[in-house]
Amino acid sequence: MSALKVRLGLAALAAGLVLGQGAALAAGSPEKGKVNFTKYGCYQCHGYLGQGSVATSNGKVIYRTELPLEAFMSFVRTTNRAMPPYSEQVLPNQDLEDIYAYLESLPKPADYKSIPLLNQ
Amino acid sequence: MARRQSSSDRQPNVSRRKFMSGAAVAGAAATTGPAALAATGPDAITPERTPSAVRPNAQVAAAEVGTPHTVPRGAGGPAGSDFMVDVIKSCDIKYLPCNPASSFRGIHESLINYGGNKNPEFITCTHEEAAVAMCHGYFKIAGKPLMTLVHGTVGLQHATMAIYNAWCDRVPLMVLGGTDLDAATRPPGVPTIHSAVDINSLVRDFTKWDDQPVSLQHFAQSFVRAYRFAMTPPYEPVALALDAGLQEHPIHENGEKLYIPKYVASAPPQGESGAVREAARLLANAERPVIVADRAARTANGMKLLVELAELLQASVVDQGGRMNFPSTHHLRRAPTVIGQADVILGLELTDFWATVNAFIDNGDNDGHGLQQSRIKPGTKLISINSVELHTKSNYQDFQRFQVVDVGMAADAEATLPSLIEAVKAALPNDRKDAIAKRGEESRKAKAQAKARTLEAAAIGWDASPISTARMAAELWPHIKDLDWSMVGSDRQMSSWPSRLWPMEKHYSHLGSSGGYGVGYNSPAAVGAALANRDLGRFSVNIQPDGDMMYVPGVLWTAARHKIPMLTVMHNNRGYHQEVMHVQRMSNRRNRVAYLGNDLGPMGTRIENPDIDYAKLAASMGWWSAGPITDPKDLGPTFKKAVEVVKSGQPALVDVVTQPR
Repeated sequence: MSALKVRLGLAALAAGLVLGQGAALAAGSPEKGKVNFTKYGCYQCHGYLGQGSVATSNGKVIYRTELPLEAFMSFVRTTNRAMPPYSEQVLPNQDLEDIYAYLESLPKPADYKSIPLLNQ
Repeated sequence: MARRQSSSDRQPNVSRRKFMSGAAVAGAAATTGPAALAATGPDAITPERTPSAVRPNAQVAAAEVGTPHTVPRGAGGPAGSDFMVDVIKSCDIKYLPCNPASSFRGIHESLINYGGNKNPEFITCTHEEAAVAMCHGYFKIAGKPLMTLVHGTVGLQHATMAIYNAWCDRVPLMVLGGTDLDAATRPPGVPTIHSAVDINSLVRDFTKWDDQPVSLQHFAQSFVRAYRFAMTPPYEPVALALDAGLQEHPIHENGEKLYIPKYVASAPPQGESGAVREAARLLANAERPVIVADRAARTANGMKLLVELAELLQASVVDQGGRMNFPSTHHLRRAPTVIGQADVILGLELTDFWATVNAFIDNGDNDGHGLQQSRIKPGTKLISINSVELHTKSNYQDFQRFQVVDVGMAADAEATLPSLIEAVKAALPNDRKDAIAKRGEESRKAKAQAKARTLEAAAIGWDASPISTARMAAELWPHIKDLDWSMVGSDRQMSSWPSRLWPMEKHYSHLGSSGGYGVGYNSPAAVGAALANRDLGRFSVNIQPDGDMMYVPGVLWTAARHKIPMLTVMHNNRGYHQEVMHVQRMSNRRNRVAYLGNDLGPMGTRIENPDIDYAKLAASMGWWSAGPITDPKDLGPTFKKAVEVVKSGQPALVDVVTQPR
């Protein structure tokens, strides 16, 4: 198991402890999330669509992230690797949830095999 | 050297040689008395002595603030700077990117009139930083150094960052700085402000060698010496001070015939044979050898040799990209993650061996120093071949952290590869052939998988606006793929998409980057490289970051003025994006919301409000241009037109509004 997976697992556990105790989070707004994704600087390393970059996010893609919401939020709060953590004071829960909703709302990317320019 | 004065100056008419002989005599007179001084003959100097604190008379005061006298020139034979031109021509320096300045007016005139503006040919630059960076880029294509002329003070100050980039990038170039040494005779005002006792002290920490010739023969020796030092690995910049008097006065040979020393290249240093054998033994017996190359391939042959060594061992190769070391399409070219699997690592001309085998994460851990941990397995053997060890200076820290290695060779990697290949052949056990072939097969599979992942990543955000950098690279490719193309700028700021999507197989496919990370390198270095490619009939394509462009945008005019064809595609993310992320990181670490103002990034890091129109900027300086392009569907047709323009011999710029990286 990679260090990242261990960290994500711990993050998910922590998220369950922190977030699971309260009421379920309100549904996020993809529209607000798109604005927040820029406002809080997420786009800086991940691109405006969360497509990632080998230079700034080790190639990691968060476009339509497969992480559950709780794990995603906990990771953002606790990460201490290349990505700096965002505290709730800096990025409120609701705004973060909107960001998640934005990433999940993005259309599925085209299969590269269907793009002629990527099959030359 | 003293300048000749008009008679109205009522000052002694003293040439430098006369002054020097006079000075020597004066020294002797101090010990031997007036009788000895009187015996020096008709050329003896009898300087008028005035008290040091006397008030200036009207004539002197006028000289301080007035227009300097025009000193008659041309009498007494050819100018000293004509001889300098002969010396420069002997080294076959093709171009002279240069911003004009009065402190080298003598040699400037000689170069264009006596020298015929050929070898070197003036390339007019609007800033000394651009001139030096053009030399930098030119060398990385042509393999031959250029020279530039600068004011020894203000011009060299402008040039300094670009010289540091060349130093860090191990690139030879020659910087000649004008100065007027004789404080007693040089014109007052600007020429005096533009003179210094030791102009080269400004760049001595990051030049390989410098000198201040005091005679024409001294210049001839020092120029050829400087050229040879610069061109012996490790390649580095060199500097020479050019005295105005030495340039402007006629040649007086004083009975000694001036001569031009012949330039004979020094052979590059090779690894010691015992160390080469030990390195070969480790590599031949390794289970998972990995070769890491940064500035290893100085020439096309360097790349060929590296392929031969890698194939012999079926060793994975990580190309750190300081030079085009290894074909991107080769099955042994791998991602840096293979370093973690290695049991033997051969590092070739690495800028930073420590960071090659250690990870650093800027997360504030470790009392603020950041997380640091090894990337390699315990017991991994490290071999280094690096010529930089032969010439390192103390002040600037480009030598990076200290890394212990098991075999170290202070030698040029490319020059050492032939003997290393032979030693590996001799050391390879016969019973390891199957294991070596199996390594190759594993690499082929891993390479194919990595390619699929790359293409999947490129498809994300395909239709996005701002435009995905992957799409920008992919849209450009069909228009250049059938040309003999060369990427003359760095693609690191756009997630290296050209390097990941375009097959890079020739030693000029890309040129690496600045070396010193001094922003303002890319655009002028690209023009310099395009100048070299023009002469070779190659098509130059430059991916140009917007922040870098605005340091010396005047180089666009230089390209148009000198008809240097090249396609520049703006990677216009409207920010100093590295700094955008740094300030965000610090804000998060300090638990504060980054203040954006009306921008899209932390205040002080964005280039917007207003947005710069790079197409208009380029058009104003004589370029064909288009953009800003925000719809990816417009890229293909625009690139097609732009490529046709470049093929016709003009520079063309396409401004593309892009994703950050």
